[in-house]
Amino acid sequence: MTGLLVLVGALIATALVALVKARYDGRFRRTSHTGEVNDDVERIDAARLGQALGERATLVQFSSAFCAPCRATRVVLNQVADAVDGVTAIDIDAEAHLDLVRELNILRTPTVLVLDASGRVIRRASGVPRRDQMLAALAEMSQ
Amino acid sequence: MSRPSQVDPRGPRVAAALTSLVLALAIVVPPPAREFLLVLQGAVFAVGAFVSVAATPYAVFFRGVVRPRLAPPTDLEDARPPQFAQLVGLIFVVVALAGFLTGLDALGYGAAAAALVAALLNAVTGFCLGCELYLTSRRLAKSLA
Repeated sequence: MTGLLVLVGALIATALVALVKARYDGRFRRTSHTGEVNDDVERIDAARLGQALGERATLVQFSSAFCAPCRATRVVLNQVADAVDGVTAIDIDAEAHLDLVRELNILRTPTVLVLDASGRVIRRASGVPRRDQMLAALAEMSQ
Repeated sequence: MSRPSQVDPRGPRVAAALTSLVLALAIVVPPPAREFLLVLQGAVFAVGAFVSVAATPYAVFFRGVVRPRLAPPTDLEDARPPQFAQLVGLIFVVVALAGFLTGLDALGYGAAAAALVAALLNAVTGFCLGCELYLTSRRLAKSLA
């Protein structure tokens, strides 16, 4: 009897996780909840990324070896960077940048950050973003 | 650097479905069948984690029975994420067994249910919870070091 209840509970939990994931994966959120941007914490410069920032925006993807959806994410980001002027895509190996991972509280791979021209983190999403979600995040940013 | 081995991504999904079935059965049947099924699933996880994902009986079933009926894969996937996930699964099954064998049924059910949720999510949505834990484990390892 207990086993049956546990089984039903596990099935409900699975359905809930799947629903939450479908809703939030790839969605870009604003990173400053208070409206104030904390410049010290949420700014990443070119030196730490090891690459130059984009003129308008930079898409930073955190990847790891144990991450199947990272490849699909990389394809989307590169397509968007090719299609939109002044946008650069950078792929970061999370394991090789654990300090940055901790500082930015990256919990999952892939996580995508959108930086403005000065390197401030404006948006972030975890999971694979769709091309239209990525483009919309960039469009919102330039308003 | 040697090229990492690749797997047909549908293989781990089929394996996850079979894993879910075994774990769901383990949760509902009475002892000692419960412990027997957990040992069985633990052994499969151990082969996947320490030998290779392709060596597990579930992968053999996929190659022999399922794949001949499917179109060729559109792309292959790195074998390391599913292999790491097998290790995570093994840890949960060992904890579940330890719980049941020492009379801590709540621990046994909790760990078995967690493993079932992870396997079922993988089977149904293709989302690999064990793989996501890799980065978390590296962060923990670094902060403990």
